[in-house]
Amino acid sequence: MIRSEVLKNLIPLITDELVVSNIGLPSQELHMMDDQPSNFYMLGTMGLSSSIGLGLALSQKAKVISIDGDGSVLTNLGTLPTIGNNPAKNFILFIVDNGSYGSTGDQPTYAGKKTSLTEVARACGCENVVECQAEEAVDVMKAALAADEMTIIVCKCESGNIQVPVIELDAPVIRHRFMEEVAKRNA
Amino acid sequence: MSVNQKIVDSLVKNKVEFVTTVPCKQLAGVIDLVEKSDDILHVPSNKEDEGMGLCAGAYMGGKRPAIIMQNTAIGVTINTLATLIQYYTIPLPMIISYRGELGERVACQVEMAVHTKALLNQLNIQTYHFHTPDDVDELDTILNHTYMSRKPTAILTDSNFWGGY
Repeated sequence: MIRSEVLKNLIPLITDELVVSNIGLPSQELHMMDDQPSNFYMLGTMGLSSSIGLGLALSQKAKVISIDGDGSVLTNLGTLPTIGNNPAKNFILFIVDNGSYGSTGDQPTYAGKKTSLTEVARACGCENVVECQAEEAVDVMKAALAADEMTIIVCKCESGNIQVPVIELDAPVIRHRFMEEVAKRNA
Repeated sequence: MSVNQKIVDSLVKNKVEFVTTVPCKQLAGVIDLVEKSDDILHVPSNKEDEGMGLCAGAYMGGKRPAIIMQNTAIGVTINTLATLIQYYTIPLPMIISYRGELGERVACQVEMAVHTKALLNQLNIQTYHFHTPDDVDELDTILNHTYMSRKPTAILTDSNFWGGY
């Protein structure tokens, strides 16, 4: 199972949640399959999906799901100690760990070799870290959404991409409609 | 009243409720007061681009954010400033310790000091330079202007402003 299939399976669960989606194919796939104003698509700035999601979770009440990738987390590895030391009960970090930089041509990452992001996250102070296989992602996400604590999910899957269109929405439009959704959920 | 206290009072007065910091020796006092403030959530970050991500999220969550960092961070954050903060029109006051200015004792700090204003200028970032302690009186107006304009703003604070190295 590749990332687009994992996301497709998760859509019924996350369609009404606030989702911060990583640059490149994760955002493009989510946008193609289930565009929602409650999705914040990153069009640039690799690595910051988890940071944006944490800042958002710490600043309002609704659940926040950051969809990130193993390569992106490796780019911003300093995010994990910040998340571990500032836990937000309403935050779920979902790391699609396909062991590759998918958006740039599936170059291998160290997470697909000797580095375990699950163990790194735990060592950084994240207390509720779940590693799962792609087939288990729906059940694990269900449990995380029901839980009253922060969850870091490391979802192992195969590398590979589908053809998706680029996102034509203007960045301030993405931000504006997303903020309106955030406000609604905190009214 | 110390400039540290004046900065934190100004942040609170302008409803800045989310502050991230990366330390600098000159910023130790203000970071300490931010941490102690009951009105501000202080989330230290490990690198300034990470901190800008936190601030972007906090802004979308309805909180006014700010980042406190050293001028060397301009070299770290250009991509984040351009593709996140500016591209998505997110207001972000950056209170920046301006190392490498007159009185500096660490020669290497001058290497980024000479690029600081040029880089900010290249990015079209509105920039203010606090040189004497009284300059802090303008912080209220600058914060207000930053959130009004939904742009990043650099507030460079040099050694003379902080009372010398």
